[in-house]
Amino acid sequence: MRRAFWALLRRDLTLAIRAGGGGGLALAFFLILVTLIPFALGPDLNLLSRISPAILWLGALLSTLIGLDRLFQADVEDGSIELLHGSPLPLEGAVLAKGLAHWLTTGLPLALAAPLLGLLVALPVEAMSPLALTLLAGTPAFTFIGAVGAALTATLRRGGLIVPVLVAPLSVPTLIFGVSAANAAIGGTVPFLPPFLILCAISLVAVVVGVFASAAALRQTE
Amino acid sequence: MDEIQNAVASLLTDSSLHLTADRLACARGGRLIFKDVSFSLRSGEALVLTGRNGAGKSSLIALLAGRLAIEDGTLMFEGGGEAPLAEHIHLVGHRDGLKGALTAAENLTFARDMLGAPGLASKAALDAVGLAHAAALPVAYLSAGQRRRVALARLLVAHRAIWLLDEPFSALDAVSQQVLTGLMQAHLARGGMIVAATHGPLGLVDAKTLQIGPAQ
Repeated sequence: MRRAFWALLRRDLTLAIRAGGGGGLALAFFLILVTLIPFALGPDLNLLSRISPAILWLGALLSTLIGLDRLFQADVEDGSIELLHGSPLPLEGAVLAKGLAHWLTTGLPLALAAPLLGLLVALPVEAMSPLALTLLAGTPAFTFIGAVGAALTATLRRGGLIVPVLVAPLSVPTLIFGVSAANAAIGGTVPFLPPFLILCAISLVAVVVGVFASAAALRQTE
Repeated sequence: MDEIQNAVASLLTDSSLHLTADRLACARGGRLIFKDVSFSLRSGEALVLTGRNGAGKSSLIALLAGRLAIEDGTLMFEGGGEAPLAEHIHLVGHRDGLKGALTAAENLTFARDMLGAPGLASKAALDAVGLAHAAALPVAYLSAGQRRRVALARLLVAHRAIWLLDEPFSALDAVSQQVLTGLMQAHLARGGMIVAATHGPLGLVDAKTLQIGPAQ
């Protein structure tokens, strides 16, 4: 069972890194998005600096969502989902492995790159590490809430945009507490720790609920 | 050929399995596909499903694999221990279940780890289907028939008693068809079971046949 878990994790990581896997795509989209904001807002550094955590969090959310529809759809299309169904590894374990692989190739790079990209939107230096920390804690929630949407739409052809539409509203709590924790470092209205701890709790709940809900949805697909 | 059969024979197989279907019915999307399908299959026996296009051969295979709900009737599997039926089943369907970006050997190693009860190593399994030279090639570069052979090599990398094959001969050349027949004979000789949906002859001498007609 453990062997199957690692095999699936390793396969999904390999697929994401190889050509056409889209591993770096989320990061490139994030870069483009964050680059565009200053052009739209104009050269008001104070304004940019004040809203930079919000921009980076929104960018991370959208970048996570764009590739998410392929999470299970690719396996359904080529039939390799049958291997997951026939494995001694429960489907919940398979979802956990796939979600983990998705986070390692999407959420983790986004969180690590965010402080650097923050330079483009005048993110204050003292906010860099809190921002990366909140994204590290919050992006698993995006992945696993999104996994439920991806599992529900796994058999839909051209279901690409449905996942963001389903998932974005559910991401609101993560966004609120993530941004308010990151804002604390640049003189927000609340201290850092309370929203950060709630953010961690949201992520933990999202992993558990997402794993079981996605597996239940996948069992319904024919 | 003997080498291959020995290789398959080395996969340990149980010998007292019994799969019984009693008046199975299957519905998809509220529409009845077939009903009153009954058969009994023991170790070493093969069942060939025949019927028109759309008669429900693939649906029956999906139902046996546990991927469709049983609408009516019973399906029993004896002698397999505590593991559920799905963990005794090898499924090679229309979609080959291969990742184009991975090499043939990587695909098989993944299947071997995923399915448990490991059988042949991926290189040996590819050798058995005559694709040893393609082990390091990404599957996306292979032809339809070669992909089919890689998918069939999956039958050898993990030991499972029941092979469910949906049109196993599609896209295969004459030589590969003979190789597959040899693999199936070896599997049956070791006490395995085969359920295959096909339009042509399988080359198995004493296989049972089951005609599936549309539900009335």
